[in-house]
Amino acid sequence: MTAPAPLTTRQPRAARRERVPAVLVLEDGRTFRGQAYGATGETFGEAVFNTGMSGYQETLTDPSYHRQVVVMTAPQIGNTGVNDEDPESARIWVAGYVVRDPARVPSNWRSKRSLDEELANQGVVGISGIDTRALTRHLRERGAMRVGIFSGPALAEESELLARVLQAPEMKGADLCAEVATTEPYIVPAVGAKRFTVAAVDLGIKAMTPQRMAERGIEVHVLPANSTVEDIYAVAPDGVFFSNGPGDPATADHQVAVMQEVLARRTPLFGICFGNQILGRALGFGTYKLKYGHRGINQPVQDRSTGKVEVTAHNHGFAVEAPLDKVSDTPYGRAEVSHVCLNDNVVEGLQCLDVPAFSVQYHPEAAAGPHDAAYLFDRFVDLMTASHANAGS
Amino acid sequence: MPKRTDIKSVLVIGSGPIVIGQAAEFDYSGTQACRVLRAEGLRVILVNSNPATIMTDPEIADATYVEPITPDFVEKIIAKERPDVLLPTLGGQTALNTAISLHENGTLAKYGVELIGANVEAIHKGEDRQLFKGVVEAVNAKIGHGESARSVICHTMDEIMAGVDTLGGYPVVVRPSFTMGGAGSGFAHDEEDLRRIAGQGLALSPTTEVLLEESILGWKEYELELMRDRNDNVVVVCSIENFDPMGVHTGDSITVAPAMTLTDREYQTLRDIGIAIIREVGVDTGGCNIQFAINPDDGRIIVIEMNPRVSRSSALASKATGFPIAKIAAKLAVGYTLDEIPNDITEKTPASFEPALDYVVVKVPRFAFEKFPSADATLTTTMKSVGEAMAMGRNFPEALNKALRSLEKKGSQFSWIGEIGDKDALLAKAAVPTDGRINTVMEAIRAGATQQEVFESTKIDPWFVDQLFLLDEIAAEVAEADRLDPELLRHAKRHGFSDQQIGEIRGLKPDVVREVRHALGIRPVFKTVDTCAAEFAANTPYFYSSYDEESEVAPRTKPAVIILGSGPNRIGQGIEFDYSCVHASFALAEAGYETVMVNCNPETVSTDYDTSDRLYFEPLTLEDVLEIVHAETLAGPLAGVIVQLGGQTPLGLAQALKDNGVPIVGTQPEAIDLAEERGAFGRVLRDAGLPAPKHGTAFSFEEAKAIADEIGYPVLARPSYVLGGRGMEIVYDEPSLASYLERHAGLISEHPVLIDRFLDDAVEIDVDALFDGTELYLGGVMEHIEEAGIHSGDSACALPPITLGGYDIKRLRTSTEAIARGVGVRGLINIQFALSGDILYVLEANPRASRTVPFTSKATAVPLAKAAARISLGATIAELRAEGMLPTEGDGGTLPANCPISVKEAVMPWSRFRDIHGRGVDTVLGPEMRSTGEVMGIDTVFGTAYAKAQSGAYGALPTKGKVFVSVANRDKRNLVFPARALVELGFEVLATSGTAEVLQRGGIPSTVVRKHSEGEGPNGERTIVQLIHDGEVDLIINTPYGTGGRLDGYEIRTAAVSRGVPCLTTVQAMGAAVQGIDALTRGDVGVMSLQEHAALINSARK
Repeated sequence: MTAPAPLTTRQPRAARRERVPAVLVLEDGRTFRGQAYGATGETFGEAVFNTGMSGYQETLTDPSYHRQVVVMTAPQIGNTGVNDEDPESARIWVAGYVVRDPARVPSNWRSKRSLDEELANQGVVGISGIDTRALTRHLRERGAMRVGIFSGPALAEESELLARVLQAPEMKGADLCAEVATTEPYIVPAVGAKRFTVAAVDLGIKAMTPQRMAERGIEVHVLPANSTVEDIYAVAPDGVFFSNGPGDPATADHQVAVMQEVLARRTPLFGICFGNQILGRALGFGTYKLKYGHRGINQPVQDRSTGKVEVTAHNHGFAVEAPLDKVSDTPYGRAEVSHVCLNDNVVEGLQCLDVPAFSVQYHPEAAAGPHDAAYLFDRFVDLMTASHANAGS
Repeated sequence: MPKRTDIKSVLVIGSGPIVIGQAAEFDYSGTQACRVLRAEGLRVILVNSNPATIMTDPEIADATYVEPITPDFVEKIIAKERPDVLLPTLGGQTALNTAISLHENGTLAKYGVELIGANVEAIHKGEDRQLFKGVVEAVNAKIGHGESARSVICHTMDEIMAGVDTLGGYPVVVRPSFTMGGAGSGFAHDEEDLRRIAGQGLALSPTTEVLLEESILGWKEYELELMRDRNDNVVVVCSIENFDPMGVHTGDSITVAPAMTLTDREYQTLRDIGIAIIREVGVDTGGCNIQFAINPDDGRIIVIEMNPRVSRSSALASKATGFPIAKIAAKLAVGYTLDEIPNDITEKTPASFEPALDYVVVKVPRFAFEKFPSADATLTTTMKSVGEAMAMGRNFPEALNKALRSLEKKGSQFSWIGEIGDKDALLAKAAVPTDGRINTVMEAIRAGATQQEVFESTKIDPWFVDQLFLLDEIAAEVAEADRLDPELLRHAKRHGFSDQQIGEIRGLKPDVVREVRHALGIRPVFKTVDTCAAEFAANTPYFYSSYDEESEVAPRTKPAVIILGSGPNRIGQGIEFDYSCVHASFALAEAGYETVMVNCNPETVSTDYDTSDRLYFEPLTLEDVLEIVHAETLAGPLAGVIVQLGGQTPLGLAQALKDNGVPIVGTQPEAIDLAEERGAFGRVLRDAGLPAPKHGTAFSFEEAKAIADEIGYPVLARPSYVLGGRGMEIVYDEPSLASYLERHAGLISEHPVLIDRFLDDAVEIDVDALFDGTELYLGGVMEHIEEAGIHSGDSACALPPITLGGYDIKRLRTSTEAIARGVGVRGLINIQFALSGDILYVLEANPRASRTVPFTSKATAVPLAKAAARISLGATIAELRAEGMLPTEGDGGTLPANCPISVKEAVMPWSRFRDIHGRGVDTVLGPEMRSTGEVMGIDTVFGTAYAKAQSGAYGALPTKGKVFVSVANRDKRNLVFPARALVELGFEVLATSGTAEVLQRGGIPSTVVRKHSEGEGPNGERTIVQLIHDGEVDLIINTPYGTGGRLDGYEIRTAAVSRGVPCLTTVQAMGAAVQGIDALTRGDVGVMSLQEHAALINSARK
């Protein structure tokens, strides 16, 4: 047995911790004053809230949060510190971090350092001690919007800070996946015997996704966001995967065109999140920006083929516009909405009926979040198995 | 999948009397379930012996049986009502065990009743430890996670001794099978411990089975609350983390929701295991609770146990999240699926989700060790707390501080004044879990302990330890600051410091701190419990306070009435007061008011967000209540605050609230004082020409002796200004008086001791009445079965009174009215009288709802608390009669001659406690109240009603076998008649030599048995204690001797408790029992619903 993580020694009583002031300014002028958390300085992004009560490390390192300032609705953050196993990518991607009560002492047998240190080390500007519930309600009522966090030398008059926020770019129309995706292809080997090869187009992929595939005997070739059809078929894939990622799907014309070719070739296809939106667009559906998005790990999604409800992890600000009540005709045959969020009837999954392709808007790889939707990776395997059988017959 | 259409009627079993481990949470769950089922159009048949519950209100079910929850009685109800289905998962272990018995004895099959909510196989798999181990193994095979602690099942002491070796030695945990609240569980550190704990465990387990397992003492402890529907959808409603590590029963632990120190990976593993378990066990529809232990060093997860039913934790989880588990469980049981049920709070989203909290919830237990001074106060795996308080805040320190002050107990809050103790001694003390350990930890921190030292001593998770250090640092900042600037004050308030704590640290009065705070505009805001962390708009005003920026209290137009609840359950102030508060809320909502409930007890119906228009889950202290009044005053018109229904807690706040300009409705604080202050009350009595027993007030032994000499022994001695009969004793002679004063020197130091004449052989009478300023409505007259001197809360009583005549009632009415008028009551008053000889003495008067209000209301079919609430707001009794809330004519003093008899019996917690040597605690009743709950028996004659009450409280009275009789000298003359009756009923009488002699002279044959003090006889003749332990005695009558012979009695009574033999400690109870046994022997005892009962009374009234 290993010894528990060493505890900090007792501070002298009344060693008043320095509370460094910080300000959060929304583009509509609402302002919250708190204390600096993580790095000091200034940062800008789209303000969004996440309702997960666990999994801050996974959230921070999820590339889909690129250029977003994440407000945690759970008030006590950082309690389990930071370890080296749970990140979903090599760095923190959030543009800024907003919490109410950060931990002073992390406690977990796997913890290596505190979250505060980690944020500071990676230069992530945050704010703590504000009424995160009030901010969340504001975003819920007014919608996601631009925000700035300022501390230390970046502090100035509020009007000046607001002006800086208004100069920051908006999320709508932002083409971001190339900024977060790998620039070089790499391979995640299958765990155990290899059964399939999958070309996974990285639009901001989370580490857990190739791992979930690898566990099912898939060798995953992770390819850059701007990969071409030729690049994909160069790895002789049994299936093609399009990952999650940040930004507006309306900007992803290149990926849409690539996917259309995959559909035409009837290669088994699976998409998650951004991948779902690309499938939607590839089939001719529209996409739109949600007022304040789905970000959390408690969202009820119904699988319309079984009627069963799964509790799922979400992180999306855009969604596909497709009819819920009928099968649609598309250039690639019939398609239908396979999954729907029971909270608000947002499209959460698409299923092609004439080509081997499907996608979900949410995160079956979880991390963070419940594992209820892990069966979707099995469906992908089934699709590839069936495709092999067809090819063989 | 919509509701099943094949179910037309459902039988719901409640949990019976409040006992430790099974308390008001089942009233909350059961009430929710009954309401839901009725709303679904089903005929709801309910059985519950506990009259103090809301669920047994006649409006809640279609047919309400206040009958004993035994297989026999439930079968009678099934035969009469022929329900289609039985829902057993909402009444705790009592309901589950009864349902299993009814299944096993073929009753359910005979009447074609289907079990819903959980099938028998699932119940066994969840509850039987060996089967459950199999479940965990199967789960591990499927998902690769989860294991059980290494363990062995034992049925004999030999197997137990062998078992220890296979586990690798001591310490080991002993867990008896099929007991509730962990009764009989414990840690054995050596063979002596083991023999004692396991021996008792074998006796307590209905299957004579105990489990020994490896010690996981000091590990982190977690619970998950899960729900599953018939479509196999599963959600985790809540995670709960225990602040106190493994080794303390979760009911006795400080617990926190959501889990604070788990990574997502660890949490999801628990969730995966939990879901796999609920599937493997086969809970088809409904909820379950699963407990886990995690090794803090390496994350190894052990599944401890599961409860395939709603539980105390599920009630807590429901209040903590706003997700009503019992309500949803009832809907699932009749066929709905989670996605078909809307989330009450958002109204727009479905229940098939997992609540997200944006606040922290802390629950703290409330103990009553002061009532059982000989009991061992060490916390173990057997639950010992009698109640709990819950609080919410926007961070852990805020919630913790609020929860600790909600306990409303001296010393429960952190204090930073006074001597700094010895660090090592404090750390050593904190290593043993006890009531108040968290305060010891804080003292150790003050004394300079490091975080590492605190962790090593207590194994409390380092994150929690640091939070305590944070509080200490803030306290130091407050102490050392030159001035209390706004920033610092706000910082302290954000961490839950009360004005009183801040004042204490700064040497200021709390009122001054409050005034400064208000002047600086530092006030709490009120946030909503909305299940979704503000992701969706909430329509249910369920609030908690926090020092944050934005308040969510909406404006309103209707006048509001704020009802102050009764706080955590404790002995002397329990669910009965919650009953009255809930009734007030219902009645006032109907009368057009906006009702606002304030309470901090998560077990209750009052803290169900469905009960009142607005719910504030807040501590009941002056500071917290004033802030709520402020917020509600800003929200709209305020008609007033009701303080007379929640027991002493709100009553104690009345004057201070009034002084701060808060309108109190009903009986005014000055009137309350008048009744409580002895001198003033004496004047009221004198003015009305009413006698009180002779009494006096003493500050010293000399004064006390002089008073006692004058009024004559025995005397009743008690410290003034204490509640629930605390420290009250009957003193028989001068040496006892001296020793009494010595023992209570602490209580007496500030206030004098009161010496009353003790009325030997008096009949004690309780009266509940309503007074509106002109008219008196006598709610009910209860005649106690035990003589005066036994606390009224511990005494059995009958209504209508069985021996009082019309003349007595008339006198009681006149006296009650004179007192109500003299004191100035507007609402309820409870008066205790003693009838000695022909003199009617007034013992005490309480101008508030009493413990007996629900009993009286049910026995007379009149909603007294509702009427009291209306009178408080200005309605007159005449108006309420005209409305039909009160009978048109007559009252509880003029019940029709054929009115059924209702008997109330108290339920005592003896079996829960052991002294430090592991022996039982004495069971003698006295002037200090110690019961935790009560049951009611109703029948046409007294004997049957008494027998039902006994069955409900302790198990059926025996109708044959051996009765052991040993009574004090003063009781001997009253012994002969009941003893003769027992012989005639076929009992064999055993007696000690002195009692046998008396019996012989009365012509009653008896067998002399050896006293415990005499020891075993030369030929191995067993003593009475041995006979009891050997299971050869069926009924015990043992009245305590004034002074001598105490030890013998103690051994007899504790043996009775450990063997579960009915033991009567007064000769009056013996008389009643004889009538009860006679009734049981003579034949069929029927069942009658409260609705039938009410129809009978009401038709007789017309």
